[in-house]
Amino acid sequence: MRFDTPATRNPIDRLKVIGKPTDRIDGPLKVTGTAPYAYERHDVVPNQAYGYILGSAIATGRIRSMDVSKAKQAPGVIDVVSTLDHKPVPLGEHNTANLFGGAKIDHYHQAIALVIAETFEEARAASALIDVDYKRDDGSFDLEKHADSANLAKGPDGEEMADHFGDFEGAYEAAEVTTDATYRTPAETHAMMEPHATIAHWDGDKVTVWTSNQMIQWGKRDLAKALRIPEEKVRVDSPYIGGGFGSKLFIRADVVVAAIGARQAGRPVKLALQRPLIANNTTHRPATIQRIRLGAAKDGRLTAIAHESTSGNLPDGKPEEAVNQTKVFYAGAHRKVALRLAKMNMPEGNAMRAPGEAPGLMALEIAMDEMAEKLGMDPVEFRILNDTQVDPMDADRPFSRRNFVECLRRGAKEFGWDKRSSTPGKTVDGDWLVGMGMAAGYRGNLLMKSAARVRLGKDGIVTVETDMTDIGTGTYTILAQTAAEMMGLPLERVKVTLGDSDFPISAGSGGQWGANNSTAGVYAACVKLREQAAEKVGLDPQKANFTNGRIHLANKSVPLTDAVADGELVGEDAIEYGDLDKQYQQATFAGHFVQMSVNRFTGVPRIDRMVAVCSAGRILNPKSARSQVIGAMTMGAGAALMEHLAVDKRFGFFVNHDLANYEVPVHADIPHQEVHFIDDVDPYSSPMKAKGVGELGICGVGAAIANAIYNATGVRTRDYPITLEHHLGRLA
Amino acid sequence: MKLEVETPAHLIDVNGLGLDEITETEEGGLRIGALVSNTDLAADDRIKRDYAVLSRALVAGASGQLRNKATTGGNLLQRTRCPYFYDTNMPCNKRSPGAGCAAIGGYSRQLGIVGVSDSCIATYPGDMAIAMRVLDAVVETVGPDGKTRQIPLEDFHKLPGDTPEVENALYPGELITAVILPPPPGGKHFYHKVRDRASYAFALVSVAAVIQPDGTGRVAIGGIAPKPWRKPEADAELPNGAEAVARVLTEGATTTRDNAFKVPLVERTLASVIEQAKS
Ligand SMILES: Cc1cc2nc3c(=O)[nH]c(=O)nc-3n(C[C@H](O)[C@H](O)[C@H](O)COP(=O)(O)OP(=O)(O)OC[C@H]3O[C@@H](n4cnc5c(N)ncnc54)[C@H](O)[C@@H]3O)c2cc1C
Ligand code: SF4
Repeated sequence: MRFDTPATRNPIDRLKVIGKPTDRIDGPLKVTGTAPYAYERHDVVPNQAYGYILGSAIATGRIRSMDVSKAKQAPGVIDVVSTLDHKPVPLGEHNTANLFGGAKIDHYHQAIALVIAETFEEARAASALIDVDYKRDDGSFDLEKHADSANLAKGPDGEEMADHFGDFEGAYEAAEVTTDATYRTPAETHAMMEPHATIAHWDGDKVTVWTSNQMIQWGKRDLAKALRIPEEKVRVDSPYIGGGFGSKLFIRADVVVAAIGARQAGRPVKLALQRPLIANNTTHRPATIQRIRLGAAKDGRLTAIAHESTSGNLPDGKPEEAVNQTKVFYAGAHRKVALRLAKMNMPEGNAMRAPGEAPGLMALEIAMDEMAEKLGMDPVEFRILNDTQVDPMDADRPFSRRNFVECLRRGAKEFGWDKRSSTPGKTVDGDWLVGMGMAAGYRGNLLMKSAARVRLGKDGIVTVETDMTDIGTGTYTILAQTAAEMMGLPLERVKVTLGDSDFPISAGSGGQWGANNSTAGVYAACVKLREQAAEKVGLDPQKANFTNGRIHLANKSVPLTDAVADGELVGEDAIEYGDLDKQYQQATFAGHFVQMSVNRFTGVPRIDRMVAVCSAGRILNPKSARSQVIGAMTMGAGAALMEHLAVDKRFGFFVNHDLANYEVPVHADIPHQEVHFIDDVDPYSSPMKAKGVGELGICGVGAAIANAIYNATGVRTRDYPITLEHHLGRLA
Repeated sequence: MKLEVETPAHLIDVNGLGLDEITETEEGGLRIGALVSNTDLAADDRIKRDYAVLSRALVAGASGQLRNKATTGGNLLQRTRCPYFYDTNMPCNKRSPGAGCAAIGGYSRQLGIVGVSDSCIATYPGDMAIAMRVLDAVVETVGPDGKTRQIPLEDFHKLPGDTPEVENALYPGELITAVILPPPPGGKHFYHKVRDRASYAFALVSVAAVIQPDGTGRVAIGGIAPKPWRKPEADAELPNGAEAVARVLTEGATTTRDNAFKVPLVERTLASVIEQAKS
């Protein structure tokens, strides 16, 4: 189904199942521990051996030699796979770090050997017996040191990743009020609960991997490439995923090494990346250094915006695109943006929940707070004044829907923003300095082709098949809701099967594009199924109405099951998009409001309350959407207050590479979170009229917290995380 | 052990020894069996009433699940949280004597500022022992020869000097049987733990204090040294306020860029406690 004109009324608009707060249909499996995750798929193939990965002890250099003989003889060991016995595996499409093979070391904890044994403990113990002789090279590990010499990053076609509109320099020079500051966000690790894990099994020349992956088709493509076999020889299965946040967008060493090991050992191999390996072996959100200059007229209108961000990555890596939202978020002004990239030898930087916007808004939205203060304006009103309904760099390109102002007004009201003192450091409650802060959230809406198959069985059960994934977000449920709505059935009559590369190719889970596109794919398949069903019972497919388990037209009404009297019907289709995302800027918006307390003695910051108002088109399932947003707000709180990968600039690695030393928020850090959705539909996004929320929720939260801490203490911190030492010495 | 930091050839399960009771001593104190869990100890009525600083320190530590399993003896002996200690690719004098110390010159925000040495700047990370130190607790042990010893907590943990691998006064094969608390000290009890997240995190700085109505008292600090950090001269300064106490406790501090904030943080946390004691 081609989607190239705005959606008109369609069966989804009935909202009998869609739009209702619905419990996850996979919830009972999850809470009873019976949803099998990759490492627990004991039943899929017998005789699974355990793998344990050895990570490189150096960040850059070569392996001169590796002696695996002692490990091979250790109790229980079946085989040892050495990186020296393999050529580097070809890289996946979106990746830069070598996953396995060869003597060259690109980064710390790169996988260099796999021990395969009868038990996990035997594999682990044997891995300690491997002797590796390294030649260590010098590397670049200090972003701060290399930032000044970093060049403009290059896009896929070699173009410089910089953009401008009008004359920033002139406008900034002429501006009545200006700000100019540098902000820093640290590297972060995804810290999802389930580690990367894979069971690999060869049947002749065909490999199956039961793994944990967000993007099944990318995984299949990249694994085939890595193993140098045709795609048809690869099957990827990933029905349940214990979080990914971008870390599982791509296959990682676990998949490649398990497959290579299983081939070499002639046995299925099962392994998980050990938690201490994950931070350095996989990808992370790159650190940024961002300079933001704003110019405004005294009346508060922005006249000049410059946002320049520097990040580091491996030599062929990409920059963190922290400036993207700045091109389109606020009105009118002359502007320029630029991304610089320092070549470094730390592990691969890549996507983490809301790549670009998450760190970009952490900086931009403090800058906006600083400008509002300089102007003597309320931060909410300042943003509202600078709202735009068109792309500021192309006035002929409107936003499809932009309820940004409504998010801010509603948020201010729900939060009680009028009680905020605009003078920082003035509100004291016992041992605590209390402050309120807000920030705006923005995240693009991406349209991606997505296919699905729906079967109507003789039992009247509709089964959805797509290689879409549910990374804990509630995808099972919204796909079931979509099929139920389309076929006029209750939710209980729909079964959803996901994550298998034998199913039609979906958009996958990433970039908050999963919900809108994958439900639209099921919509398209259901349209096909409705046609077939209507034809079977002799009704006009264009006019027939599917409700209450029946097909109706005029005064004829037959049970849906009549359509399958001779056997099941199968509808398969994909949603494919025209250029509505080029004609219209499509995005989601939020207003975040936070109250913070800072201990006046110790400087410890604590969150008192958080309110978010989100606008993201139709909210398919308010319950799981809320869960997405509160989870994202929690992650934003982590980014603001504690999360950072600490870099050892001598050895070149992230030091705090386990969950005791890399702190993410716990329940005690997170107070009551209030989430409101603007009641809206976006007919330009898809027949579902929905957009994503999974990343919107994190966008802006960090800055709202930073601004609240400033309001509490009067100390402005521009470096994240905002731990107590930043303001300790400057508290009254 | 999971990280191959320790690879013992033998493990002995001591859980069956029955050292899991809290009994009253003739002197009017309490004898806490080495196998009493952190959860049970924190919840004991006598502890909550007479040694509240200990109860508060315990519940500030780890998580509910860990405290259910953690024992009094084991918690006293927990190892440092220095991240380099747990990464066997990194040089660490504590793990492999003579290898060097990766933390010095590396990432050291969590590490020590007093009592440290050129060979190791790790801290003792626990909470319980900080409170026990302020209570003048005594560790009771039994050796392989059946002889018992009483080691004041003050002497139990060792400063690193040139031998950071020696962390405590136990001889090989010696078992902790109990921790003995002297009679209740009275006064108001405080355990103020400062950390980046509200729970389930080790202290950046913690203050255990028992303060009497006249402003005198005792104070021990966690998170800054290889052992619970207490000085009689600092106790004596309590009536003179936080600055005076902190000056004594952090005298001669050797800080890094990452952990220099711990010096003012000690003072400010003390100030918070002293102010609360007055109210
Ligand atoms: C993620 C995490 C967070 C934590 N946070 C905190 C925290 O905030 N504050 C805090 O204080 N603690 C914290 N802990 C530590 C936790 O409290 C300890 O792991 C626990 O106290 C150890 O007790 P155990 O009885 O399990 O000791 P074990 O781990 O069983 O033993 C520790 C050591 O002591 C030896 N040992 C045990 N009993 C005896 C005995 N009777 N005699 C002689 N030797 C003995 C053992 O051989 C071993 O070498 C944390 C731990 C983890 C994993
Ligand atoms: S501080 Fe101590 S524990 Fe840490 S690396 Fe140095 S020697 Fe090892």
